[in-house]
Amino acid sequence: MTRIGIVTFPGTLDDEDAARAVKLTGGEPVALWHSEADLKGVDAVILPGGFSYGDYLRAGAIARFSPVMDEVIRKAHEGMPLLGICNGFQVLCEAHLLPGALIRNDCQTFICRDQGLRVETNDTVWTAAFTPGQEITIALKNGEGRYVADEDTLDRLEGENQVVFRYIGANPNGSARDIAGITNDRGNVVGLMPHPEHNVEDITAPSTDGRLFFESVRNFLAAAAS
Amino acid sequence: MARVVVEVMPKPEILDPQGKAVTGALARLGFPGLTVRQGKRFEIDVDGDLTDERLAEVNEAAEKLLANTVIETYTVHVADEAQADEGDR
Repeated sequence: MTRIGIVTFPGTLDDEDAARAVKLTGGEPVALWHSEADLKGVDAVILPGGFSYGDYLRAGAIARFSPVMDEVIRKAHEGMPLLGICNGFQVLCEAHLLPGALIRNDCQTFICRDQGLRVETNDTVWTAAFTPGQEITIALKNGEGRYVADEDTLDRLEGENQVVFRYIGANPNGSARDIAGITNDRGNVVGLMPHPEHNVEDITAPSTDGRLFFESVRNFLAAAAS
Repeated sequence: MARVVVEVMPKPEILDPQGKAVTGALARLGFPGLTVRQGKRFEIDVDGDLTDERLAEVNEAAEKLLANTVIETYTVHVADEAQADEGDR
């Protein structure tokens, strides 16, 4: 069975939901603790949402230097699947595993809504089960979700097919080029602001589109193992 | 003990929503024509003598943690003695 590690930092909120999403899609969630440089032999890692270290300094800036992250970064460079959700996306940018940064929403308020997204590429280990151009609905909830990067970086992301998700409808937070999520050049590291782990059951969400993230990585790892 | 000050500012091309909100509030309070950009100031007390090596370490710390150079710039300067003596007052 696919073992997926879920990191808990002080201030993480959505580790339990991420573990539940992994379990519901046939994987085995493995709890990882921020102060232990031990990934317990997991096949993939999720950095969940929340407010690690109280968002002190900058969102994700302190979590990025926690002991567990040294291992996460090392394994990600070797190709291990790594998903950063919301605060996890902020950590990935602070760790320079993904380019750019997340700053305060241009509307200056916290946003919490069901958000339409367009899947721009399924050429990542976390989105292979989607169809390019597919429109999905995923919960969005953040205060600092505005993606920014210099023009050259944005051009490169678009040119290399590394923009994974775009907001559809009105841009909720002023993100450059409506970007909601991106990947690295290898397609094993994905970061996005919306929360797929909240869209896995009909009883709590208007869509279960989030399941496909976890099914994508499960299928990828099963194929890699066989 | 020497004090070093690191100041971090959002890059000019990065919209600063906090500064924008403060600018708006000032105008409403009857202080028009004041455009604010909001940054951060770190006052760092350095143990021992402030050698060039120690100052270089503070620079490295600013580059690595205190600022995110994707979106921010930083400056490092040694506080003058009068400032350092003020302490936390």
